Amino acid sequence: MAAWTDISGIRQRIADSSAEEVTASYIETIGKSKINGFTTVSEEAINAAREIDANGHEGPLAGVPIAIKENISTKGLSTTCSSKILQGYVPPYDAHVIEKLKEAGAVIIGKTNMDEFAMGTSTESSYYGPTFNPWDMDRVPGGSSGGSAAVVAAGEVPVSLGSDTGGSVRCPAAYCGVVGLKPTYGCISRYGLISYANSLEQIGPLSTSVADIATIMDVVAGYDNRDSTSINRENTYSDALKDDVNGLKIGVPEEYFGEGIDENVEKAVWDSIAKFEDMGATYEKVSMPHTKYALASYYIIAMSEASSNLARFDGTRYGYRVEGDNWHVMASKTRAEGFGDEVKRRILLGTYALSAGYHDKYYLKALKVRTLVKQDFDKALSNVDVLMAPTMPAPAFKIGEKIDDPLSLYLADVNTVPINLAGVPSISVPCGLADGMPVGLQIIGKHFDENAIIRAAYSFEQNTDHNKARPPEVE
Amino acid sequence: MVYENPDGVRIGLEVHVQLNKLNTKLFCGCSTEYHDSEPNTHVCPVCLGLPGSLPVINEKAVEYAIKIGLALNCSIVEQTQFHRKNYYYPDLPKGFQTTQYDFPIAGEGRIIIEGEDGEHVVGITRAHMEEDPGRLQHMGSIDRSKGTLINYNRSGMTLIEIVSEPDMRSPKEARRYLDKLRSILDYLDVFDGDLEGAMRVDANVSVHWGERVEVKNISSFKGAERALLYEIMRQKNHIRRGGEIVLETRHFDEARGVTISMRTKEEEHDYRYFPEPDLVPLRVADRVPKVRETLPELPDAKRERFMEQYGLGETHARALTTEIKVANFFEEVAAKVDPKDAAVWVSDILKGELNYRELSIDAFTVEDIVAVVELVTANKITEKSAVEIIRTVLDDGGKPQEIVEAKGLLKVEDDIVATAVDEAIAENPEAVADYLGGKEKSLNFLVGKVMQKTKGRADAREAREKVLAKLNE
Repeated sequence: MAAWTDISGIRQRIADSSAEEVTASYIETIGKSKINGFTTVSEEAINAAREIDANGHEGPLAGVPIAIKENISTKGLSTTCSSKILQGYVPPYDAHVIEKLKEAGAVIIGKTNMDEFAMGTSTESSYYGPTFNPWDMDRVPGGSSGGSAAVVAAGEVPVSLGSDTGGSVRCPAAYCGVVGLKPTYGCISRYGLISYANSLEQIGPLSTSVADIATIMDVVAGYDNRDSTSINRENTYSDALKDDVNGLKIGVPEEYFGEGIDENVEKAVWDSIAKFEDMGATYEKVSMPHTKYALASYYIIAMSEASSNLARFDGTRYGYRVEGDNWHVMASKTRAEGFGDEVKRRILLGTYALSAGYHDKYYLKALKVRTLVKQDFDKALSNVDVLMAPTMPAPAFKIGEKIDDPLSLYLADVNTVPINLAGVPSISVPCGLADGMPVGLQIIGKHFDENAIIRAAYSFEQNTDHNKARPPEVE
Repeated sequence: MVYENPDGVRIGLEVHVQLNKLNTKLFCGCSTEYHDSEPNTHVCPVCLGLPGSLPVINEKAVEYAIKIGLALNCSIVEQTQFHRKNYYYPDLPKGFQTTQYDFPIAGEGRIIIEGEDGEHVVGITRAHMEEDPGRLQHMGSIDRSKGTLINYNRSGMTLIEIVSEPDMRSPKEARRYLDKLRSILDYLDVFDGDLEGAMRVDANVSVHWGERVEVKNISSFKGAERALLYEIMRQKNHIRRGGEIVLETRHFDEARGVTISMRTKEEEHDYRYFPEPDLVPLRVADRVPKVRETLPELPDAKRERFMEQYGLGETHARALTTEIKVANFFEEVAAKVDPKDAAVWVSDILKGELNYRELSIDAFTVEDIVAVVELVTANKITEKSAVEIIRTVLDDGGKPQEIVEAKGLLKVEDDIVATAVDEAIAENPEAVADYLGGKEKSLNFLVGKVMQKTKGRADAREAREKVLAKLNE
């Protein structure tokens, strides 16, 4: 039976029964799931829960089940990026975030479905087949962390980790009606996250409540000497859980309400901003003129990095392999069969963008645009505390609707990718429904000012009922 | 004398130096002491390039790189950065090599060598840091192997690639450049050049100022000289037959001593360099002064000092400063005996004996050579005996004093031999007469007598010479 319980509720349940019982009940729920959100359920989860019952655990997540996206390395637990090419790959080590979660007592309950190598906006490109949106089984859950968002929305797990390269936590959070945070670049160690586009991606938590997001952040964020881009900065995220936005200055970027925006989405977001006004905040319109170039810049950078990152998958040492007479043939056949269409498309485009004759025309130009996009954020956020905009311009689309039209799929990321280019933090919180499907409000902050957006999101959650809406389809 | 470079030869060298004295690899904490280990035992997710692993720069490697840059008179860049060099090869676990591209840690510099016509300056273009790939082991020959094994122990070792200008004009100069480079690196104590793969050379060669050809995979200095001699000859012959030299990469087949074409310019790789997103740009300018303080006296400076301080000639000073270990050895000896004697005995005699046996200076002790030199200068033994003592120590072991005793090498023993010679001649007038009459065999008889009288303590050859000298008086 689906049970939407937040971390404090889970801890109460554990206190009343046991970690083993709680874990077992979640595993039972997952077993009956129809949404295809999990790719693997950990056989170790029950043992881990028993261990906690037997020895006790003081950690803030003692006994709390958590689901992990397929691209975050878990020792002894299959991690394939939902790709055929990594079939059978079991990492010999834990990602930094997994170490932190285990230290805090969390029970890694399983791995969640995703777009192959995190390339996508719909979780349709998984080797394991698509995940279905719990709100409407005909619709996509968003991507690429679609599994991580859908399983939380369906009550199959209280919290999960996803990764966000161009909106991959926020998009499925918005489509599935849960909370998802993309932290500042460098805030959480990427050690163990299988890279798609290193300079853009961050691991981020998903849950049904902002408080849970803060709790997870308290556990997983912080400096790690194995990730050179991680930043040493002390912060307690749960300190930001205050129901107070009095005097908060909100900037509303006009460019995020552009062509193609769904009118119901637009309305839900403006209603939310009005709600913030009621709560004592003020807003002003701001302009971020380079937004229109962000998408092109993002895709060139992401694909360029991806073409290099995915070079290591050649069948030599792990994963899927097609035998051949020599190494070239073996590697070529392995890659031809092992990668899906979207991944091949991005590898080829990235290779092209970096190649000698085009490097300056595409890659370097994309970097220049990135700088301009960053400056847009610096400028806009110099006058206001946070920015607010729709996370996605429209609610979740139908499965198969855009799969053969990659360009229209890329356009869906228009409001999320600039944030990754700039490296600033952004949270998506449920803010209403459009045609019965959830709408996400995106709250964007300054570098390392997660507390401002958590505080705004928490206040919003406390003063509205949007986060209590549950998908009708489940059971 | 001006070297006119009759063949218009230009040689530039790219030398990969493995910094095997760092305790850990370039981007991870794996131990660098893998040389005697089982394959794939010095590896971790990072140097295996496992999915999700990230590089973290080894600070000590940066320090060593700066040190090398300074020693080669290079400019050190303010801020450096790593790039990805993308290419496929089974020994490259990530499908790209992390290297430096447009911001190498060290810029232009120079090395002074003994050229064809005296001192010759070879320009250094750059020196940059990069990671070593793994190592392939083919079962059988490379073209007919049933399978290939990969050992990743070497993967991720720190390499410094030192690129020279095409300033060398003969294989001999190239060899001298390599020797000088090795000498400087030894001085810096940043690597052990004796370990396998510690220095690897690629050469760019052109003749008659023409197009250059790159010769890859040269694994020794001797090999470099051979490869260059072959390649110059090949290019000259090719041109003489009306051929044209094209830009290409050739492989040096060490066993056959020839170079073989690998690829021409048309097949050149496009490495698709771009900045490594997992490593943030690294400021190095602030570290330079501190590293500069750790720079030791380098070969050229030491040579000058030896000439000035010990009054040595250029040849001795050069021979004694090529290897840091020899230089240190010499200075210890020079502190105890006359420095000029020390120079002669260490440089001319001891080093000769060591080279002959392919031994390093570690095979002899300062104490022993001091003892030998003191015996000679005190006129207690002959120079010849001294050489014999050195040889004995090297071949059979033992201390010089013991050897002197055992072999009766003290000069007083000379008198015994001389007396024995006198006696033998006086007591055997017939034999003397026979010899003088043309009977060569009688000489042997007299020498035998001498040996009898000295109970075999005399050196037979020496006894023979002495008898001869006496008879010819």
